[in-house]
Amino acid sequence: MSISLHGRTLAGFMIAAATVTGVSASAFAAEKTLTVYTYESFITEWGPGAKVSEAFEKVCDCKVDYVGVADGVELLTRLKLEGEGSKADVVLGLDTNLVAEAKATGFFVPHGVDTTSVDVPGGFTDDTFIPYDYGHFAVVYDTEMLKSPPKSLRDLVEGDPTQKIVIEDPRTSTPGLGLLLWVKSVYGDRAGEAWAKLKARVLTVTPGWSEAYGLFTKGEAPMVLSYTTSPAYHMVAEDTERYQAAPFTEGHYIQIEVAALTKNAKDPELARKFLDFMIGPEFQSIIPTTNWMMPVTATKEPLPEAFGKLVEPRKTFLIPSEEVAANRRAWIDEWLTAMSRN
Amino acid sequence: MAAGGFALGGVLLFIGLAAGSLLAQSTGGNDAGPFLDAYIWRITRFTLLQAGLSTLFSVLLAIPVARALARQASFPGRIWMLRLLALPLGLPALVGALGLIEIWGRQGLLNRVLAAAGLEQPVSIYGLSGILIAHVFFNMPLAARLMLAGIERIPAEYWRTSANLGMSAFAIFRFIEWPVIRGLLPGIAGLVFMLCATSFTLVLTLGGGPAASTIEVAIYQALRFDFDPPRAIALAALQVALTGALLLVLKLIAPPPPEGETSGKSIRRSDGASSLSRLADRVWLVLAAGLVGLPFAAIAYAGSKADLFRLLSEPVFHRALAMSATISVLSAVISVAVTALMIRTESLALAQRRPGMTARFFAGAIGASTSFILLIPPVVLGAGWFLLLRPFGDVARFAPAVVVAINALMALPFVHRVLAPAMATHAVRTGRLAASLGIAGFQRLLWIDWPGLRKPLFVAFSFAMALSLGDLGAVALFGSQDMVTLPYLLYSRMGSYRTADAAGLALFLGLLCLVLTVLGTAGEEPEGKGA
Repeated sequence: MSISLHGRTLAGFMIAAATVTGVSASAFAAEKTLTVYTYESFITEWGPGAKVSEAFEKVCDCKVDYVGVADGVELLTRLKLEGEGSKADVVLGLDTNLVAEAKATGFFVPHGVDTTSVDVPGGFTDDTFIPYDYGHFAVVYDTEMLKSPPKSLRDLVEGDPTQKIVIEDPRTSTPGLGLLLWVKSVYGDRAGEAWAKLKARVLTVTPGWSEAYGLFTKGEAPMVLSYTTSPAYHMVAEDTERYQAAPFTEGHYIQIEVAALTKNAKDPELARKFLDFMIGPEFQSIIPTTNWMMPVTATKEPLPEAFGKLVEPRKTFLIPSEEVAANRRAWIDEWLTAMSRN
Repeated sequence: MAAGGFALGGVLLFIGLAAGSLLAQSTGGNDAGPFLDAYIWRITRFTLLQAGLSTLFSVLLAIPVARALARQASFPGRIWMLRLLALPLGLPALVGALGLIEIWGRQGLLNRVLAAAGLEQPVSIYGLSGILIAHVFFNMPLAARLMLAGIERIPAEYWRTSANLGMSAFAIFRFIEWPVIRGLLPGIAGLVFMLCATSFTLVLTLGGGPAASTIEVAIYQALRFDFDPPRAIALAALQVALTGALLLVLKLIAPPPPEGETSGKSIRRSDGASSLSRLADRVWLVLAAGLVGLPFAAIAYAGSKADLFRLLSEPVFHRALAMSATISVLSAVISVAVTALMIRTESLALAQRRPGMTARFFAGAIGASTSFILLIPPVVLGAGWFLLLRPFGDVARFAPAVVVAINALMALPFVHRVLAPAMATHAVRTGRLAASLGIAGFQRLLWIDWPGLRKPLFVAFSFAMALSLGDLGAVALFGSQDMVTLPYLLYSRMGSYRTADAAGLALFLGLLCLVLTVLGTAGEEPEGKGA
């Protein structure tokens, strides 16, 4: 009895809520529809989403439908929750660290697209996942607060502990995991010691990038873990060179964002066409100033001037995703132990 | 009786189904190792430590603040002070944290004052102190409002008698106010403890490092990188068990507040008129106003620098506003209605001359269910319902309904703390009279219940609305183009370098909450009359 009543009330809410908000306005067009799962910032009004779908719709005789979740990690969670019933044709926005786990779901199929034009530092290639942009992690600093930024990871670890940095938590965020892997790449077995030393410089560890960058721009710390491309946003959109990325002599850890075709794709040919379009000049030209990441193939026009001023890492670190998947828990434990010590 | 049973059944079913469907989701190959490892022990210890201290400070500070507000029943701006105290409820944690940073941070007001005074700085709050400051900021006002409502329910006759007896301020506190506050403490302290125990963004952002992690962080971790739903459920169960034991102890050691009949005359307190008590009250009120008000002032100032006109004219903003308003009104209505039903059933079950085991168990279950909901992370409920609804088509279509239901549930404990004591007092005062006059049904509702309960109902409704207005929770999981709320929009701006936009949205969210708190004090009589 209580079940039926509950069911009825819930249905009531649904009808009420659906009427008020007018949900599900999409997917009624007669033409083919391509459903792309991505992260939320891709499809905001200033993100690449709208421009990309407009450009692709001109050549595909189809309609592009986006489903956006919080971020790349959430994207994988969403797919696992949806399982076989997922309506995703293309998933765009995982990063290379998640590739092994994504493959393990058995949800993706080889793309069969010619990717010889793709050129990312470190030379990542895969038969299932295609890179569409990349960025290097970097320590971004405030030039008004810090006159001599660290020149290397070692500098950062051993430098003046009164000059603080805000970092992200590897348990909850992608940049946090990025820094963890960066330190691992440089320090190897001695990563724990490095973290124990760096701890003195860490003002706080935030759950995500937004909190860290918010604290940084409020002036709470002169340094934050972000991307080499962050200064481009401030130069292009805010016309200021105040925030700069510090080039590190050891090299930088890379984040490569990838997309793939799902085995559920209603029209694999259309999905493949999209992936091909994704590494073409039109799509690639949209990326830099909307997603604030670096393109992976040639763009139609040269990149904006600000991109020329960005740090170009001399060396790129990328730990194979299988290795990351196998060791992530142990490395995070190492980090926890080192960072929790008093 | 039956209606309350259905409400309770509905709530339990909603949670049970979500948990069950997550547990059934076997991920395989996810070897998490032993469940209760050193890591889990450490974060459990820290969760209890920070939540215990946060609760202690919030409640201890709330007592003098509530008492000052009760004693000084008429001063200019009193009603705005009441509204200010309801404001933090509707503030997303990240916005609150950034507002607090403007005051307590390394570049904040405090450090600038210290620097101007030539003292050593910066004083850094990152660590346990930062967590405590943030939790007191968010929870002391709530505790003070709930206590104040209790003190204001003390019958006018008590005050007349105390004046006739010439009782000292201390005697009044000891014999009149403290018994009432003590009776409310388990409910209030329990609520604050749960809020602090499940705190996530504040703890990590201000905690200074992973040594400051709560169980909630591990739950989030389990549902994110690890995608291990059974582990998430086990951790949530651990959280419920620990906090449940604590709440039970609180309930056992504190007796219920005394109820007294009253003729309902307006209250006249003669204490609080001496210059000494006036000064003391003023100090507490200024302190509380500063503690709560300054971060809001900082948020407003930061927001005023944003391009507000452009922001407010964006279509996406209008959509987010409409969505947030719809969700918060619907969930507040549901939450208040369900809670009122459950409280009524609880009291009916216990009102029998000799309540049997079943009745007592039933009443206990209702009381407990309104408490423990907060301990089940919205992300767990959201993920569970996602799995349940999956077979019925596009889950995004159901998202608004699920978000409304989750928000309504999350507001239950707050609404319960506001309504339960008020309804108990109301029942004692009017129950027999109404029965002897044969007033029942709609007549009773209109002539007796509405005038008597109007004030707490308004408060409960505004609390519930503010809560779901500031909630990000489940929306993120269901996120689709069609479902944008104000906090979601704010986080999304923040996540793509648009800090100024985010500050503007935070200002707007604060203003909206302020409007809601005006609604919440709608039951107050005009200034000067007190309650």
